[in-house]
Amino acid sequence: MAPVATPFFFYLLSGIMLIGGILVITRKNPVHSALALIVTLLAQASIYLMLYAPFVAGVQIILYAGGIMVLFLFVIMLVSIDRSVKERQFNSQWIVGMIAATALGGLFIAVFMKGKNIFPEHALPVIENDNTQKVATMLYGQYMFAFEIASLLLLVAIIGAVVMAKKRI
Amino acid sequence: MIGQIVRYIQSYLHSDLTPGAAGNMFWALVYIMLVFVGLSVAVIAMNWLERKILAHMQVRLGPMRVGPHGLLQPIADAIKLLLKEDIMPAEADGLIFWVAPFVVVLAAFTVFVVVPFGPTHAITDMNIGILFMLGVSSLSVLGIVMAGWASNSHYPLIGALRSSAQMVSYEVAMGLAVVSAILMTSLNADGTGTLSMIGIVQAQQAQHEWFIFKFFPLGLLAFFIFAVAMVAETNRAPFDLAEAESELTAGFHTEYSGFRWSLFFLAEYSAMIAVSSIAVTLWLGGWLRPFPNLLSNSTWDRVFSLFPGITFLFFAAICFYNTARMPKHPLFRIQTVGLAGFGIVLGLIGLILFIPEVSIRVQDIFWFAAKVAGFMYMYIWYRGTFPRYRFDQLMQMGWKVLLPMGLGVLVLTASVALLQEKLWHP
Repeated sequence: MAPVATPFFFYLLSGIMLIGGILVITRKNPVHSALALIVTLLAQASIYLMLYAPFVAGVQIILYAGGIMVLFLFVIMLVSIDRSVKERQFNSQWIVGMIAATALGGLFIAVFMKGKNIFPEHALPVIENDNTQKVATMLYGQYMFAFEIASLLLLVAIIGAVVMAKKRI
Repeated sequence: MIGQIVRYIQSYLHSDLTPGAAGNMFWALVYIMLVFVGLSVAVIAMNWLERKILAHMQVRLGPMRVGPHGLLQPIADAIKLLLKEDIMPAEADGLIFWVAPFVVVLAAFTVFVVVPFGPTHAITDMNIGILFMLGVSSLSVLGIVMAGWASNSHYPLIGALRSSAQMVSYEVAMGLAVVSAILMTSLNADGTGTLSMIGIVQAQQAQHEWFIFKFFPLGLLAFFIFAVAMVAETNRAPFDLAEAESELTAGFHTEYSGFRWSLFFLAEYSAMIAVSSIAVTLWLGGWLRPFPNLLSNSTWDRVFSLFPGITFLFFAAICFYNTARMPKHPLFRIQTVGLAGFGIVLGLIGLILFIPEVSIRVQDIFWFAAKVAGFMYMYIWYRGTFPRYRFDQLMQMGWKVLLPMGLGVLVLTASVALLQEKLWHP
């Protein structure tokens, strides 16, 4: 089967992602920001698909569709849109932002210029056909402990939410 | 050049892969077109059937005027919808209002990329098939909320919020039921399951059992959870609170009219077909014919391959019977001739389906479609029978009944599978 992971798709998807990301922070209407965010995340899922990681892509779509849904509801219920459209964005920390952006940009350029040794010489073998099975054996075999710790963290969050929401337990 | 193209087209004909998996662009496009046309026809047929069956359940006649027994009513409706004025509320959020119906339709149609109508009759087979279906169909709720919010009106907003709360809560129970079915696919020699839709059906074939009967009653319970959750997921009666007409006019699509409204309609029905095909694939053996093992010799194969043709001949016979019953008034002449012509077309299709080469190729599709049609009838039946749930009852059902049940079924399925492996196949 001919590979679909052509540079054209990569540039297209990253372009969509960048535009979406910029829209997320520049739109004044928070609902528009949330929608731009889902576009960004879907483009990211497609990039995972291009990297022959279909399971990660599928999970990304499922989780973020639900996640953005909840974000959307928060926006509708908690934010007064009429006011926030007129409001000036208050958190304008130019200096810190500049420093962070320069540091990140510098890192990218450094890796691009002399990062040849970091990456493997040859392309890794593609394991698209049993990607899910490979992820499962990794997750429940080699990284079992980390997986359980992560789920414990989520459990703590759930219990915390219940404790905070309920008046009497 | 032309020879090359012809060879490229022919190269797929002897393949036993889906066109997507074989990487054949031409046949993939053909299949996409076929699925799209088939779905649209199915939605039109569903529209007529729903009104007709509901009417008969309530001792009415239903559509009778346009065409014999109202057969052309959906077409008349479609023309009416396309010609209607397309209204956008002045205070609506233009872009989102415009995009929302397309999001819903895209999500509803994209899932059919992985639906297996037969071992080779699917657009493509993905390693993450079922995950893809669940993920993409959960995007449609975004479209619904977008529509409700962008209308900038009270009823649509309440409808959209209800719909989102409902979908988020029933997705959990649904996911648990699906996981317990996927767990059953891993009960083979090498112990690896699969998420691929075709793989799931093949696992049922290999285990000589539909998953609904596996580990009785665990498979049946999981199926029941899914069957309830899928009705809630598609916003249909008795869980149609998002469009409860007595409280919210039409729910999230109150402000939509004409073509855009018909897109929502199309998306709702194709989403119903999509979730029914998930249920058929996971629990009812997908494209497998009934009793593939019990009645498995070649005579029974032959007998079961006659079913598609017999079904179409039966439909043709109904048409002819009603042609004979048509009023003999001259005004009814065109209708009578039309109905007879429709009967002849159906009969010819039935006769073509008796050719062994054809029936072997298409009987998978027939059995799949027949099972899905059963689900569609159930949808109409629910709507005709059950009163609408109140919202707190709905939430109680989702979180306090289906979710614990789903968890229990999942744990029990896993334990029984483990026991079976340890005790019977050491």
